[in-house]
Amino acid sequence: MSVSSSTPGVNDFVIKLANVNGTGSASANGLLMKAIFRMGIPVSGKNFFPSNIQGLPTWYEIRVSGDGHLCRSGRVDIMVAMNAQTYAQDLAELSSGGYLIYDSTWPRARQLSRDDVQVLGIPLAKLCNEHFDNVRSRILLKNVAYVGALAALLELDLEVIRGLLAETFASKPKLIEPNMQAIALGFDYARENFECPLPMRCEAMDKTSGNVMIDGNTAAALGCLYAGATVGAWYPITPSTSLMDAFKTFCERYRKNEESGERNYCIVQAEDELAAIGMVIGAGWCGARAFTPTSGPGISLMSEFIGFAYYTEIPAVIFDVQRVGPSTGMPTRTQQCDIMTCAYASHGDTRHVLLFPANPRECFELAVQAFDLAERLQTPVFVLSDLDIGMNDWMCPLLTWDESYRPDRGKVLDKEAVEKLEAFYRYMDVDGDGICARTLPGTHPRGAYFVRGSGHNNFGRYTEDAGEYQEVVDRLLTKFDTAAELVPAPVQIGDANEIGIISIGSCDGAVLEATERLSAQGINVDYLRVLAFPFGKAVTDFIDSHARIFVVEQNRDAQLKNLLLMETETPREKLVSVLNYSGLPMDCRCVIEGVTAALKQGAAA
Amino acid sequence: MSYISKPKVGKLGLKPNGIGLTLRDYEGGMSTLCAGCGHDSITAALIQAYFEMDIPPHRVAKVSGIGCSSKTPAYFLSSAHGLNSVHGRMPSVVTGACAANRDLYYVGVSGDGDSLSIGMGQFAHAMRRNLNMVYVIENNGVYGLTKGQFSASADVGSQAKKGEVNQQAPIDPVLAGLAIGGTFIARAFSGDKEQLVPLIKAAIAHDGFALLDVLSPCVTFNDHETSTKSYSHTRAYSHPAIHTDFIAPAAHIRAAYDHGEAMPVMMHDGSQVILRKIDKDYDPTSRSAAFAYLEQRRKRGEIVTGLLYINEEQKEMHAIAGSAETPLVDIPYEDLCPGGTTLRDILGRYA
Ligand SMILES: Cc1ncc(C[n+]2csc(CCOP(=O)(O)OP(=O)(O)O)c2C)c(N)n1
Ligand code: SF4
Ligand SMILES: [Mg+2]
Repeated sequence: MSVSSSTPGVNDFVIKLANVNGTGSASANGLLMKAIFRMGIPVSGKNFFPSNIQGLPTWYEIRVSGDGHLCRSGRVDIMVAMNAQTYAQDLAELSSGGYLIYDSTWPRARQLSRDDVQVLGIPLAKLCNEHFDNVRSRILLKNVAYVGALAALLELDLEVIRGLLAETFASKPKLIEPNMQAIALGFDYARENFECPLPMRCEAMDKTSGNVMIDGNTAAALGCLYAGATVGAWYPITPSTSLMDAFKTFCERYRKNEESGERNYCIVQAEDELAAIGMVIGAGWCGARAFTPTSGPGISLMSEFIGFAYYTEIPAVIFDVQRVGPSTGMPTRTQQCDIMTCAYASHGDTRHVLLFPANPRECFELAVQAFDLAERLQTPVFVLSDLDIGMNDWMCPLLTWDESYRPDRGKVLDKEAVEKLEAFYRYMDVDGDGICARTLPGTHPRGAYFVRGSGHNNFGRYTEDAGEYQEVVDRLLTKFDTAAELVPAPVQIGDANEIGIISIGSCDGAVLEATERLSAQGINVDYLRVLAFPFGKAVTDFIDSHARIFVVEQNRDAQLKNLLLMETETPREKLVSVLNYSGLPMDCRCVIEGVTAALKQGAAA
Repeated sequence: MSYISKPKVGKLGLKPNGIGLTLRDYEGGMSTLCAGCGHDSITAALIQAYFEMDIPPHRVAKVSGIGCSSKTPAYFLSSAHGLNSVHGRMPSVVTGACAANRDLYYVGVSGDGDSLSIGMGQFAHAMRRNLNMVYVIENNGVYGLTKGQFSASADVGSQAKKGEVNQQAPIDPVLAGLAIGGTFIARAFSGDKEQLVPLIKAAIAHDGFALLDVLSPCVTFNDHETSTKSYSHTRAYSHPAIHTDFIAPAAHIRAAYDHGEAMPVMMHDGSQVILRKIDKDYDPTSRSAAFAYLEQRRKRGEIVTGLLYINEEQKEMHAIAGSAETPLVDIPYEDLCPGGTTLRDILGRYA
């Protein structure tokens, strides 16, 4: 197996672009990444942006990896420094032997010196000012011009770039030419003034066919569309907003009757998250597939209602696209910091089903499963993604759809079924799985029952009787055991080693690359990625069959590790934490260093 | 206990309604409220109204928040699904339920604490969306269930049982409703069934958010001399500005009222509300007139009751959203899923 080397080379390097937000750099950076993807080379892009609309620093980091490693590597081989404010910082971050590209319209030779890197000045603003009349295009096309320069330096395929521009501007074809001219300005300048290509460059491969470049929120929205969700309620919050935006766009296209204009969906922008979850619960009570996308602060607000839905057994799907807390925290940075909050959200004895996608494809698949589980188990189900998955473009295998899929509506009695009953009792478990039959409002007079968050017994009647109360909450535990059998099993790689890694969600890329590199150093580890809570037998088996386990996650308080300790019989000393809670997506060095340091210490002890 | 239902022995001579059901079929569990609580009278009026409108009870969905008032959905229409939600959040549950199934008759029961304090936001926003529902505030000026604290609707000078006097200006749900843009705003008194029942019927017929602020004395914590929401005070100062009669579509013509003094309002479903005007200039279709009138009467210490404002033009939530006529819960999955070929098309953009 090939292992990513520590020196950059063909199809193996990192470009970082430092920009000012609000200057149109995002589309240029996207163009650059997509061009590499279209050349068949595995690539990933991470956006580090401020919680601000215009004027603050923003970075975009593109990793080109012929070996298919999609996490951050920790290196920066080419820095495109377009933001004077952050020049010094950007220069410092560049790895030794790297290249710094900057706009030499305003030469900054002295500031930009470092012995071990090469500085390439390109007068981008000057070139664009001379070539374009319109002030706005000058600013926007300056970004496109550096893509042109990189095309020369990295040997990108200009036809691919032209094709992408044609797609982007399909509805405004007039814009294609000026964009191509800007590409040519940068391209020609680089060719004339520097030795092209650089040692780190791109060479077409065939490793991306059958893949797409998509963000997790769009994929999750597609999951909602395909699962047959009809009601969406939300309150805008980064980084979840684009999920509902995408759902709305898809619905307008695929859920609207072309003749009548009637919409087969209803999206409500709520007054706050308390209302958003209330709406989801109301819709779930009536039998619709309903969901709300939110982030940590929203979960805090929804807490009371989440407990209500748990106790009254109403399906609901909640997407928590996690961001850095506590409080407002860093809204545009990523973390896995709501695991604990979501697992036990709300007062009283509550526990919830959680699903942990690691990439956009899983966002799509687990979104669909979330609706099935919510209706089967009659309970809230959380899909915990994060800003990194939700808002960054990821290369992942094409999403596919099984036409035979039909929603699992769970135990819902229709009119005919109710008619056959002598009497209907809402919370009577007849088959021992902890799940009782429900009826939907409006079905049949005999199917009516009264939902209450106050104490209720098997018959659905009000109670303050100790025994009756306990019978119901104990049954909810039985239901949680059933959930453990229904949720998706973890993904496991390897079972022959003494050392194991357990991880979750977007740590996946870093852990995968780390296991390869560790193995090259002679440290062999097995890897298990949990996909759901409750954990289920496969997780406990993995823990039992390994002498030592590293739990890799992105929060300060080792929430996954603590959840494992609480919910399994694992001895505390068996689990060792490897944590990253910087707000930036985890890079593989963090895992490698965490594991090797602990092993060294263990050897010394 | 609310779950002990009354024996359904059909009283001889109990008259069936247009769909063959008797008043008994509209009743619910036994009330557990204090004897004499105004809320129980409202329950009785709701039973009467649904019965008289020939609405099949199981096509109604009852939702409430938390409070003595919010317990009452258990006491009427036992064949209807009910949901006793969390404090102040009934409107959001109805919003979602109605989004999912627009064909049910939604009735929300709330209290002045539930709607005007903890739930003020949701109350306002349900009204703003013109959610198609009947929204009853059982207004007693106190938090009954938590034993008598002032609510936001307590009047200045009103005295709590322990002697404390309220100094803060009240929030009047009717004025708030007018300001927010409610499309059906009425006030009644729990003790006046003759006015209340037709108002509820008109509220049910209204295609949009129908607010009913019903003064409902709390006999345990707020029915003493100084309380402005006591039986005696309400009886003495209630000013029935407008008498309302509701006429179902099936029975349009009624001669009992002097049409010279009455103002018929055509409801969306073809039924009619007739407002018998006591005050000559009162125009229930004018928001500014309603404001002015309420203010003028308030200065005289009068509580105006009746249908105070109606707007049948404003579209309700689904009409605004352009939702399918068929309730979303009844649309087959096959019509919701765009299928695998479409997925491939969509993903073309991302390849
Ligand atoms: C989140 C929350 N906070 C506080 C309470 C306690 N509580 C229960 S009922 C109530 C007030 C109810 O007053 P109102 O809506 O006027 O109803 P009433 O009992 O007067 O009919 C309060 C504060 C609660 N149930 N939930
Ligand atoms: S405390 Fe007041 S509001 Fe509550 S039931 Fe008794 S009388 Fe009614
Ligand atoms: Mg009250």
